[in-house]
Amino acid sequence: MSNMLEVKNLSIQFGGLRAVDGLNMTIKEGQLYGLIGPNGAGKTTVFNMLTGVYKPTTGTILLDGQNITGKPAIYINRAGIARTFQNIRLFKQMSVLDNVKVGLHNHMHYTAIEGVLRLPRYFREEKRANEKAMELLKVFGLDGEASQLAANLPYGKQRKLEIARALATDPKLLLLDEPAAGMNPNETEELMKTIHFVRDEFRMTILLIEHDMKLVSGICEELTVLNFGQELAQGETSAVLNDPKVITAYLGE
Amino acid sequence: MNKPNITKTTKNNLFTCGGFIVLVVLMSILRGAGALSNSVQGYLVPLCIYIIMAISLNLVVGILGELSLGHAGFMCVGAYTSAIFSKCTEATITSVPVRFTLAILVGAFCAAVFGILIGIPVLRLKGDYLAIVTLAFGEIIKNICNSIYLGFDSNGFHVSFKDTVSLGLEEDGQVIIKGAQGISGTPKDSNFIVGAVLVLVILVIILNLVNSRPGRAIMSIRDNRIAAQSVGIDVTKYKLMVFTISAAFAGVAGALYAHNYATLTATGDKFNYNASIMILVYVVLGGIGNIRGSIIATIILYVLPEQLRFMRDYRMLVYAIVLILVMLYNWSPKMKEIREVLRIKIRNKFARKRVKEDIQI
Repeated sequence: MSNMLEVKNLSIQFGGLRAVDGLNMTIKEGQLYGLIGPNGAGKTTVFNMLTGVYKPTTGTILLDGQNITGKPAIYINRAGIARTFQNIRLFKQMSVLDNVKVGLHNHMHYTAIEGVLRLPRYFREEKRANEKAMELLKVFGLDGEASQLAANLPYGKQRKLEIARALATDPKLLLLDEPAAGMNPNETEELMKTIHFVRDEFRMTILLIEHDMKLVSGICEELTVLNFGQELAQGETSAVLNDPKVITAYLGE
Repeated sequence: MNKPNITKTTKNNLFTCGGFIVLVVLMSILRGAGALSNSVQGYLVPLCIYIIMAISLNLVVGILGELSLGHAGFMCVGAYTSAIFSKCTEATITSVPVRFTLAILVGAFCAAVFGILIGIPVLRLKGDYLAIVTLAFGEIIKNICNSIYLGFDSNGFHVSFKDTVSLGLEEDGQVIIKGAQGISGTPKDSNFIVGAVLVLVILVIILNLVNSRPGRAIMSIRDNRIAAQSVGIDVTKYKLMVFTISAAFAGVAGALYAHNYATLTATGDKFNYNASIMILVYVVLGGIGNIRGSIIATIILYVLPEQLRFMRDYRMLVYAIVLILVMLYNWSPKMKEIREVLRIKIRNKFARKRVKEDIQI
């Protein structure tokens, strides 16, 4: 299997603080990879560098062999990385269906003028987008709420909608930032199944940040542990989770 | 039930356009029958102008979610450029419909150019900062129009900021803009039907734009800029697009305005921030992002002060009270509840009627 994501010596400096320091990470195609670590370890910062929100100070990021280091967020999304956010960022005043259709934005090609004049391509592409969006919503059991405002969905469904929206952009690599945050054990259980399903059904490579150890040990094949911006351990999930260094970092001496 | 919200929005939009057409036809019939007083006839065109202003501003404020306080400035640009065009071509283009159409397009185009020029640097700003800069822009435009002298002769255009003499025109020259006295003698080409058609065209453009790919992109920027970027939406491009389109429509309104009065000046309240804020009031009270609401609010809030003239000094007081009442009607939770109950009652009544009809058949 080829490498989907290669991160080499990635660092970022905010003033005097080195939030991420020399991170190396390789994710193979189709892998479910976990990025864990105590609060403030720099996990979300890594995500923000991977998706172009921050420019790394040093290091390179290769997506499927293509150098995307420091490129703008739009470019990176088009190159094939989609993400969800730790604090949910939906388009709240838009319908659930439209949220997913925004994700399909770059897969539709009619111009503003064609849209305003309602030319045939508008109808053709809108119809296809509706079908595609409904299909995705069905995967996450959201098809019944398609016409509701996103803000009116319950929390767990909002998280799912964010994943559906990210998948709509047809990425190669999906980044999930704490997908189980705020979920009860039943919802987490269901989420694990959904993530597995997404990986198998869409043949997706998934990198996720998570605090819920049950979820991490349940679905991640490999892990990288961050602590104070530095890599603490890396390798197969069970080995890493039993590493005394990791246990110390989480629970203290 | 595959795509319920699409048919619903289409129905809503058709209702908006249809309602407007019915209103226009009604007014035309009343006017034809001589049932409208002179003062009412006098504000039919301004009404169309302000409806265009309100729905185009709603595109920026409601759909894009940015506060612009310089909308009247774009209207001023459209008014002046179209009036200059009409005055220069009055002798050469004799067909009124052709000349007026071109004048409107010139006004829209020039306002759009200003929209882009202002938009490129300004759209890096957000919220209050953008509001302040657009406010300043509107004032600058107004003041330039107020102090500029423009003449036209066989050598082309002459511009001065001092007086008419300093233009140095030839014998055959004609002064077009006389500083604070503005442009006089613009052909009076605007009428209610032209205004209504323009409103309808702009209304359809805006509604169709909002319910298409670019419209969704624009609303996603409003709701969450970072998330919009994360799904590959070019934020700068769409912001600039909205700003330009909205400016162009304000230019159309300006062209209508310039061709509705014998003289066009930029003095007083017409193009300054008071005008921009008045239009913003229409947008806010009609419901931010609600195009139909903007139209209704504009009609009520424009006609009301005109009709209240008999109250003299108390006019603005009553106007203020009405503003507060409209606000309460739109936004107070109790009123929302009452409206919802009424809506359901009416719907049930209709439903029952339909059942009865079915039985009779």
